[in-house]
Amino acid sequence: MVHETLAATNAVVTLDVALPEVFWGWYVTMNMWAKSIGTGLVFMLFLLLRRNPEEMKGLRTSAMIVSFVMMNVFLLFTLADLHQPFRMWHIFFYPHLTSAITVGAWMASIFVGLESLMIVVMLFKKDTVTYDKLLFWTTLLAIPVTLYTAGIMAEATARELWQMPTEAVQMILAATLSGSAAMILLGGNKLSDETKSFFANILGLSALMAFIIYMSEYIFGAMKAEEVAAILHYVKGEGEYATMFWIGQWVAYILPMILVALYRVSRSSAMLNLAAILAIVGLWVVKHVWLVIPQLLPLS
Amino acid sequence: MQLGFLVDLHLCMGCKGCEIACKVENEVPLSTWRLRVKYVDVGTFPETKRTFTPLRCNHCENAPCERICPVSALHYIENGIVNIDKERCIGCAGCVMACPYGAIYIDPETQTADKCTYCAHRIASSMMPACVVACPVEANIFGDLEDPTSNISKYIQQHRDVQVRKPEKGTNPHHFYVGASQVHLNPLASKREEGYSLFNNITHLPLGGHH
Ligand code: SF4
Ligand code: SF4
Repeated sequence: MVHETLAATNAVVTLDVALPEVFWGWYVTMNMWAKSIGTGLVFMLFLLLRRNPEEMKGLRTSAMIVSFVMMNVFLLFTLADLHQPFRMWHIFFYPHLTSAITVGAWMASIFVGLESLMIVVMLFKKDTVTYDKLLFWTTLLAIPVTLYTAGIMAEATARELWQMPTEAVQMILAATLSGSAAMILLGGNKLSDETKSFFANILGLSALMAFIIYMSEYIFGAMKAEEVAAILHYVKGEGEYATMFWIGQWVAYILPMILVALYRVSRSSAMLNLAAILAIVGLWVVKHVWLVIPQLLPLS
Repeated sequence: MQLGFLVDLHLCMGCKGCEIACKVENEVPLSTWRLRVKYVDVGTFPETKRTFTPLRCNHCENAPCERICPVSALHYIENGIVNIDKERCIGCAGCVMACPYGAIYIDPETQTADKCTYCAHRIASSMMPACVVACPVEANIFGDLEDPTSNISKYIQQHRDVQVRKPEKGTNPHHFYVGASQVHLNPLASKREEGYSLFNNITHLPLGGHH
């Protein structure tokens, strides 16, 4: 391991200006966070339709509008993060299909189109049959729309920390975590106790699985790749990203898991709502830390 | 034809002639570089020495920047160069995130990606890249890797310690080094410490985006 030679060589860079550190910053975090909620809500709507269609009443329009708004937040931040936002149309007219960015932009646009159609169908025609049919196809499309950001991270060859398939699993878990949390908050009293605990279980299990993956990477990630070890150094010990990392883990995963467990005993909706809010807020922090730390490592 | 570069680090004396020639030829804006000569000091006083490594785009055979570019602004040309079309670029910085060598930057004047093109415009007029012409010790060797009689091919044949940066990334760089140590090629083999840099208080031109 070359790192261990440092004490002997005492090699210090004395002249070099590497790239400015963080290129994909909080706009990209917003992008990932909002998309997780947007597609996650669609997954939850679909599950609700399969499990308890009568409880869809009142949620078809509201949940779809919230998902649509979050998807537009995602698109807006994606656009705003471009250095040449007015050239966004190039993605549609000069598409390069090996790029997950291109494929994702196409799929996300179709997804938002389908969502608009579903909102129109409900608002102007109150046609639940067509809505429910469209929901199947929208859910199907929500899977690659959720996953494609993991594809981009995998294609970011320079950033060793972002591995496939780990990131793919984390993207899906982020969607089920934030989608179930949003559904719990939106559904409120409209949801039966049974449905609430169904979503509570999804929330708790998503938090548990995502937490296990992060901890596995935290503990074992450094054992195989020197670059990963150097990157994880930013979240180990002290420093702002170490603090943020643990705040994220506690707020997004550990506290919601505990609160969901307590809810199962006490049936307190307040506790479940708190778990849902914490999961949504914490997810932003978790995503941000994981996005930024690989960018702190000099590449040259 | 497959154009490639080789830098003989035994010869390089860190004069930065190539860096300046590149800046002038390609009108590279302040605070950005297509080609940088990195200095790393090794040892403890008085047993110290300074190493020099010219760093530029490697024109990878399997280029992550080309793969991730959503609009093919980064593309291969028939002589193997990974070129960039700045009019096409949307400034998503995907390539910046993908290049394992930190060879791409966002040009603060055009707000588009830019990098070394092996002076593709000069090659089209049968001229050598500006850095090759400027190097006073001919440490930069440039030519066709598919032609066994070219200077670069001969150099590769005659030297045992021909290396590339980060071979484990699977990018298959078309840019080689002779006489390199880990300190030259591996960023993890040296420290970056406050107060040691000969450049201080560097002002980066505003880039847009949200860091
Ligand atoms: S060195 Fe970087 S910019 Fe150059 S071709 Fe390889 S990946 Fe692309
Ligand atoms: S910044 Fe430009 S060149 Fe780089 S990937 Fe995006 S569109 Fe392509």
